Amino acid sequence: MSKKKKSTESALNSGWDLSPAPESTGHIQLNDQYGHFINGKFVKPAKGKYFDTINPATEKKLASIAEGSKEDVNKAVKAARSAYENVWSKMPANERGKYIYRIARIMQERAREFAVIESMDGGKPIRESRDVDVPLAANHFFYYAGWADKLPYAFPNQQPQALGVAGQIIPWNFPLLMAAWKIAPALATGNTVVLKPAETTPLTAMKLAEVIQEAGLPEGVVNFVNGAGATGAAIVNHPDINKIAFTGSTGVGKIIQQAVAGTDKKVTLELGGKAANIICEDATIDQAVEGIINGIYFNQGHVCCAGSRLFVQESVYDEVLQKLKHRMESLIVGDPLDKNTDIGAINSKEQLSTINRYIKIGQEEGAEMYQSSCAVPKKGYWCRPTLFLNASQSHRIVQEEIFGPVLAIQTFRTISEVIDKANNTPYGLSAGIWTDKGSKIFNMTNKMRAGVVWANTYNKFDPTSPFGGYKESGYGREGGLHGLSSYLNFN
Amino acid sequence: MANTTIPDFRLSPRIDQVGVEERVSRFTKRSIKKSSKMQGLKLALSMIDLTTLEGVDTPGKVKQLCYKAMHLHDDYPELPTVAAVCVYPTLVGVAKKELGNSGVKVASVATAFPSGQSTLKIKLEDTKNAVEDGADEVDMVISRGKFHSGDYGYVFDEIAAVKEACGKARLKVILETGELGTLDKVRRASDIAMYAGADFIKTSTGKIKPAATMPVTLTMLEAIRDYHFKTQQMVGMKPAGGISTAKQSLHYLMMVKEVLGDAWLSNEWFRFGASRLANDVLMQIVKQETGHYQSADYFSKD
Amino acid sequence: MATTTKKTVSSNGQAKAARVEVLKTYKLYIGGKFPRTESGRYYSPNELGSICLSSRKDFRNAVVAARGAFGGWSGRAAFNRGQIVYRIAEMLEGRSAQFVDELMQQGATAAAAKQEVAAAIDRLIYYAGWCDKYQQIFSAVNPVASSHFNFSMLEPTGVVAMVAPENTSLLGLVSVVIPAIAGGNTCVVLASATKPLCAVSFAEVLHSSDVPGGVVNILTGKADELLEHMASHMDVNAVVYCREDAKAIEALKAEASLNMKRVHVYNKNWQKDEAQNPYMIKALQEVKTTWHPIENIGGAGSGY
Repeated sequence: MSKKKKSTESALNSGWDLSPAPESTGHIQLNDQYGHFINGKFVKPAKGKYFDTINPATEKKLASIAEGSKEDVNKAVKAARSAYENVWSKMPANERGKYIYRIARIMQERAREFAVIESMDGGKPIRESRDVDVPLAANHFFYYAGWADKLPYAFPNQQPQALGVAGQIIPWNFPLLMAAWKIAPALATGNTVVLKPAETTPLTAMKLAEVIQEAGLPEGVVNFVNGAGATGAAIVNHPDINKIAFTGSTGVGKIIQQAVAGTDKKVTLELGGKAANIICEDATIDQAVEGIINGIYFNQGHVCCAGSRLFVQESVYDEVLQKLKHRMESLIVGDPLDKNTDIGAINSKEQLSTINRYIKIGQEEGAEMYQSSCAVPKKGYWCRPTLFLNASQSHRIVQEEIFGPVLAIQTFRTISEVIDKANNTPYGLSAGIWTDKGSKIFNMTNKMRAGVVWANTYNKFDPTSPFGGYKESGYGREGGLHGLSSYLNFN
Repeated sequence: MANTTIPDFRLSPRIDQVGVEERVSRFTKRSIKKSSKMQGLKLALSMIDLTTLEGVDTPGKVKQLCYKAMHLHDDYPELPTVAAVCVYPTLVGVAKKELGNSGVKVASVATAFPSGQSTLKIKLEDTKNAVEDGADEVDMVISRGKFHSGDYGYVFDEIAAVKEACGKARLKVILETGELGTLDKVRRASDIAMYAGADFIKTSTGKIKPAATMPVTLTMLEAIRDYHFKTQQMVGMKPAGGISTAKQSLHYLMMVKEVLGDAWLSNEWFRFGASRLANDVLMQIVKQETGHYQSADYFSKD
Repeated sequence: MATTTKKTVSSNGQAKAARVEVLKTYKLYIGGKFPRTESGRYYSPNELGSICLSSRKDFRNAVVAARGAFGGWSGRAAFNRGQIVYRIAEMLEGRSAQFVDELMQQGATAAAAKQEVAAAIDRLIYYAGWCDKYQQIFSAVNPVASSHFNFSMLEPTGVVAMVAPENTSLLGLVSVVIPAIAGGNTCVVLASATKPLCAVSFAEVLHSSDVPGGVVNILTGKADELLEHMASHMDVNAVVYCREDAKAIEALKAEASLNMKRVHVYNKNWQKDEAQNPYMIKALQEVKTTWHPIENIGGAGSGY
């Protein structure tokens, strides 16, 4: 007996590590080449130019993708206009809704496939694409489908009317989810769509095009034009587009606002952020630590509302830091397709070099860097979870959006001080407040100049919940009832 | 302990239930496969306190249970034994004799288990009897009534007195979390037990539902971790009741690993109080080895 | 006032040495004070007298005043803002003769002037009532799928720069300023260039109506001189523009991108009832969505 017991003990002394648990990719079918999706069909680009989309975890090419030209955008807008004039605007609203419901249902059915492709193309862990991106995207369609025939109740005495053709440009951090955030409300309000996926993550949009075909959506109601900045500019500047919806950097958002200044195009911009995540001394510390982790390391920190500026009240700073470092050690960085991966690959080589540049800046500015000791794969683009201690408001790592797993930590002493510092930024997308005291929560959430405030939680999203920023984080809301109005005209 | 200041237990950390549940869902989503699964299953087996705590318990029943404890599934000789057999004080002598020098420990509940509604004098007698009869470990219950009425000093002193009565036996302190009502109170009771000298803190008697849950266990593990951060002393953890599947046990172990670390991954510091768990783990082990799904008919009950 | 003086003279019915009228100096309204333009420049639209030709520095000072007043004003209880807007209406009613007179000086017929003053007063009452109601119309509790309480409500955008309508000089000004402040914003408004008298007198009404200094700041002068500064000032959160210069609108929108100002261009018939609605308030509001966990502890047996 004692012998047997020993054998167990020795097996355990080596520690208990997780075996690889990769999600299967056997059922995934990708073409070698994708063009655009225009007027209900996959079409080749007018100029025959292509670029590669690669898997950031392996640096291997996944497919080649058409680079949209003005001609391609023209064709797509023409298809969308014709679909709007002839079909979509004439269809009874409840029928329109039923098409959107169909999309939601087919997405649910193909959820696994979407999740795997999203992780392959973008580098995000399968746990997130499976549990967050894909279900939320499908739910978004499901939520907005029901609005299609209920708009007069949302806007009493306003006679809501569709705008026409919506041009939409989405980022690479939540490729499918952002497509859903854009397309679902546009369709529900009776608009047709020309959407450009991000150039590093076009594949789930191409799969969504398949779903749209399968749903039997009338041709031309949703069109995808692939490409990079120039293709986006062609959409923004197209004279026959009535609405521009853009999610991306504040820099590009400003260019778009300038570009459409002389037009009647309606615009929503969902731009950058540098959110304060504030831990008060009376917070539930363990849950707050989890909120810090979720705030900055969710999706490799490629999140516009990431809690990238951490403020910790000085009396609990040591405790929070000790627990934060301890928690960081249990984060697994690696293969996005492994079900145990917590932090996947950085989306692109360019983004990795941006992050590394900021890490260098942080060190040069004199902040103290700490990284978890986890192993990272040799091939691919990776960044260990990173902290900068002793940061200050004047540091660039505190002021500028890094869009990576890099957290800048400052301490504070009084509530008044931290409110000032939290709002001391041109951005105003989101904020986090951690305290167990109710009256303090209501004060602080009110004082944050930000569009989404999470109290005792962080990075939560829901189709019913409006999302969008104050100040330079953009304008307009996506999600919920408030997400409808930016796709409508009113009398 | 000598250097440790006793904190004001009214100020024990508050716990946000929703946040705890989110954290727990991360453990349950860990995918434990292949060699890590096998290793985890064997580990879980070795951590079981095989338990019988019924009015109908007899020496005969306890003897059968003890044999099972030492011979979990003799078709597979490489299996560990369970950690301990857990019985009422009157049956400690029987169990001690049966288990001999097998390495399987004898644990006894004590202190007017399960309600704890008795005088300190009787509780101490109860404890001493169990230890004198050979119990290696004592599982006491806290006075929940005193705890709810805010008399933390009483609860603390009672645990400290029982600890003293235990002598060399290790003391597991049962909080009976199903009667505490909130995670805040689970945390507070954990703190009281550890500072009063508990070697282990344990969720439940098994007589009250809910018994062990992952949110409750996470709260207690975090209390243990914080105690370790402050005092550098290790305290063990024993969720008891309600853990009946191999899969659940692996989730618990993952939680221990991530919250406390590998140092706690042995039966010295972690136990499962369970009567049905062992066979489900055995079935999984055999399934891993043979590739065939198993039937309960092939695994002995006691 | 001028009318009253004339009346006195005529009622005496006899030749008396004509009393010398005290002329009014039209000044700016910044931070609750009535300064002259720092530039020392004046203009005289349609022989109406010396009107301050505000400079970019006047505008800058007004923005500082508006920013300073924002925290306090946006923090006022909605009910209190409603009472203050109502008080403005009371003050305007009491001085309506003066405003009728000024509108007539600016070229309105007596009937039109009376009508405009009455409409302005009624518009104040209309928005006074909205102060503690629009939030209820536009807020939402969002039924999220997770265990969280989630609600969206409106908060004022901040400091708003405005170019008031050119022709409906009193009613137009009231129609854009009042929904802004009813919603907790503070503003800097440039009055009609050709009909500025009522705007300056309206400042006196505001001043005697418990409106804290800095909440409304009124400038007179030329839009083409000040608009670019409105568009580019980094501490202005929104611009409301009520004229019809397409070139100016394009430049405004482009320049506003500097700090993502919200830009609203209104071209309404301010006389009509349709020109007043709660959407005028909503346009200068931001939607804030707040999340908080909901603990789930049920009754007996449901456990945790």
